[in-house]
Amino acid sequence: MFRTALRTSFTALRAPARVPATALVSPQLAFTRRYITQEARAKIQQAVESTPVVLFMKGTPDAPQCGFSRAAVQVLGIHGVPEEKMKTFDVLEDSELRQSIKEFSDWPTIPQLYVNGEFVGGCDILLSMHQSGELDDLLVKSGVIPPEEPETTTQTQN
Amino acid sequence: MISAADLEAAIRAAIPVIHLEIEDTSNGCGENYAVFVVSEAFEGKNTLARHRFINEVLKGQIAQMHAFSQKTLTPAQYQAHLAKQAA
Repeated sequence: MFRTALRTSFTALRAPARVPATALVSPQLAFTRRYITQEARAKIQQAVESTPVVLFMKGTPDAPQCGFSRAAVQVLGIHGVPEEKMKTFDVLEDSELRQSIKEFSDWPTIPQLYVNGEFVGGCDILLSMHQSGELDDLLVKSGVIPPEEPETTTQTQN
Repeated sequence: MISAADLEAAIRAAIPVIHLEIEDTSNGCGENYAVFVVSEAFEGKNTLARHRFINEVLKGQIAQMHAFSQKTLTPAQYQAHLAKQAA
């Protein structure tokens, strides 16, 4: 049964010249595209749930490949997000991810930040939340960073 | 290539606009844009909702861009923003 299904989709893909345009949205091909997206979807879902802070970016934190991605990494660094609570994904290394993350988040650009599995936003949003103090609140409330210690005097104690 | 005029037309067709700035941040290449929109349509929407809303209005155009950034304010927030700048 499986082999027949495989042969059918191969046939549909193998002879595009003889296949009229309408067949390009044939059920088999449409199913194939949806299937790939579902698998990619599950992978992303798992990734955003596995670590508290997940950033989809261009490049890596040590070598960002885009000004917006660099800014996002810097902002998270300013808030002292610990390494073990954060994971980044380089969409330039994975073209399927680069496309699928945009569909998954329904967001057209990179970088994209997730905190505790929830989409927070891109660089603009991150920067404005940083300036307003909202980002600090979010990271504290999500248990990513400890709440700020109340100001102590600098007297030394024995 | 997307022109600033395209973006402006799309935004104005979708929502009432108090103030609008569109900047081509790709040095005239029409590939990267930053928009600043002030509209009462943003009342009651948090930042993410506003950005998703604009993303939807400019969906086709953004898909063709290399980069896009936006700043969205309500009329009241814009007044406060101007006051702070004047100070």
